[in-house]
Amino acid sequence: MVKVRIPTPLRPLTGGKNEVEATASDIQSMIESLNGQFPGLKDRVCDDKGEIRRFVNIYLNEEDIRFLQGKDTPLKDGDEISIVPAIAGGAHPHERSA
Amino acid sequence: MAPTTTDKIKGLICRECGKTYPPVSLHVCDMCFGPLEVQYNYEAIKSRISRKTIEAGPKSLWRYIDLLPIQGEPTVGLYAGLTPLIRAKNLGDELGLDKLYIKNDTVNHPTLSFKDRVVSVALTRALELGYDTVACASTGNLANSVAAHAAAAKMQCYVFIPHDLEASKVLGNLVYRPNVVEVEGNYDDVNRLCSEIAGERKWAFVNVNIRPYYAEGSKTLAYEVVEQLGWIAPDQIVIPMASGSLLTKIWKGLNEFHKLGLIDGLTTKVHGAQAEGCSPISAAYKQGRDFFKPVKPNTIAKSLAIGNPADGYYALKATAESGGAMDSVTDEEIVEGMMLLAQTEGVFAETAGGVTIGVLKKLVKQGVIKRTDTTVALITGNGLKTQEAVMHAVGRPTRISPSLAQFLKTFNLDKHER
Repeated sequence: MVKVRIPTPLRPLTGGKNEVEATASDIQSMIESLNGQFPGLKDRVCDDKGEIRRFVNIYLNEEDIRFLQGKDTPLKDGDEISIVPAIAGGAHPHERSA
Repeated sequence: MAPTTTDKIKGLICRECGKTYPPVSLHVCDMCFGPLEVQYNYEAIKSRISRKTIEAGPKSLWRYIDLLPIQGEPTVGLYAGLTPLIRAKNLGDELGLDKLYIKNDTVNHPTLSFKDRVVSVALTRALELGYDTVACASTGNLANSVAAHAAAAKMQCYVFIPHDLEASKVLGNLVYRPNVVEVEGNYDDVNRLCSEIAGERKWAFVNVNIRPYYAEGSKTLAYEVVEQLGWIAPDQIVIPMASGSLLTKIWKGLNEFHKLGLIDGLTTKVHGAQAEGCSPISAAYKQGRDFFKPVKPNTIAKSLAIGNPADGYYALKATAESGGAMDSVTDEEIVEGMMLLAQTEGVFAETAGGVTIGVLKKLVKQGVIKRTDTTVALITGNGLKTQEAVMHAVGRPTRISPSLAQFLKTFNLDKHER
C-alpha cells in the first residue's frame, strides 16, 4: 500500500480527499489503481498515449520520477507519492469582462 | 483611419493539449495543467502589418501593437522599448567577432530593464480586464517596473521579492510607495506564495494569472533587433535565462516576423545563458534532456535565480529548433563579463549582462559562433542596480588634496604639457 497526495485541482475527483491510498507495484499500476477508485483521474494525469503529461510532476519520496524510471519506477509498501502540477495553479478568472 | 485592433486576439490556447479559452486572466489549462498562451488571428494581422506601418508607428514598443495582446489602445508604459542596438566594435575585437551588436535594455524606460516591456503590456491588459490592483513575484527588476508603472497608472500595487535582494532593487521599489513584501525564502518560494494569493484575491498578478499577456511583451526585443538591423534577422542571439520565457518569446517573435513576411529568411540560432549557481535549463541541455531538475539557486546573478523555471521546457525546445546552444558561467566569469562590457563599450550592465557576455565568449571559443556571424547579445538590466556584485572588483578612486603639485606627482605627469 502506498500513500498518494492529490493536488487541489484533482480533488473534485477524489471526493475532496487530499491523500488517498493505492495498491501498486509501480507508478503505472498506481495510476491504474487510482483511476479504478476515481474514474477520470488517469485522463488528467496522462495524455492519450498513456504518457504522463509534461506539466504534471510525480514525486516518489521527494524525487521526481523522471530522474528515476518514469512510470516504470517500482514502488514498495509505505512509499509516499505526490502528484503536483508543474506550474503552481490556483488562479481563477475574476475580471468583469473579457 | 487607424486600423482596428480588436480582431487580432482569438483567445488563449493550451500549449500542450490545445484546449482553447476566452482571453481572460488564466494561465494554466484546467485539463492538462499546461501553460496557456495568446492565440492570434495572423491572417487579419498579415493583411494590415508591413515594414512601412511599423516604421510609421510610435517610437516605443507600441509600434508592434498589431502583435501584442491588448484589445484597445495602450494605456500604460507608452515610452517603453526601442532601446539602442549598439554596434559593439571594441567588444567584438576582444572576442573575435566582426559583427557584434549589443541590444541595450539597460536604458529602457522607466526602470532600466527589459521588464518595462512586459509590464507595459501586462498593465494595459490588466486595466482592460477590469483590475485595479496589480502584483508580481519578482527577483527585483520586475518588481521595480510594476511598482513604477502602477504609480503612473494610479493602480494599487503589491510586489513580492526574496529577502536577500540587492539594495538598489529594494530601494527601486520603495520609492514608488507600493506594498513591498519581502518573503523569507528564494524566488521559487515567493512564486509559490503568489500563486496561492492569486487564487484568493482579485488582483492582476502580472507573471501569474496575467502571464500569457505579460510574456508576449518580450517579443518586442526580437522585433526591434530585426528592424534595427535593417529588417534582417541576425545569425546568432545570446539570451540570459531565468524562467526561460524571454528566450522562448524571442524565438516566437522571429518566427512571427517570418510568417508575416516581414523578413525574408530565418536561420537565426538562439542561445541560452545561465549562471552556474542556478543553471537547471543549461544543465538539461548539456545532458541532452528535455526536462530539468529544479535547483536551489546560489549565484550573484540574482535576477536569474529561478531554480524551478516555468518555461524551461520551451526554452530547451526553442533552442533545439533553432540549432542553438546553452552554457553557463561562474560568478567570477560573470563579474569579468560585466567589466569587459563596461570597459569596451561603456555599457554598465547588471549581473545578468555578465552572464550573457560570459556565455557569448564561451560560445565563440567553442566555435559555435563564428567570426563573420552577425551576432546580438541581449543586455537586459542596468549595473547600477547590482553594485554589490562588482564593488570588490572596481578599485577605489585616487584621493588627493586639492593641490596641483600633488596631482601631477600622483599621476607622474610633467608640469608643462602645453
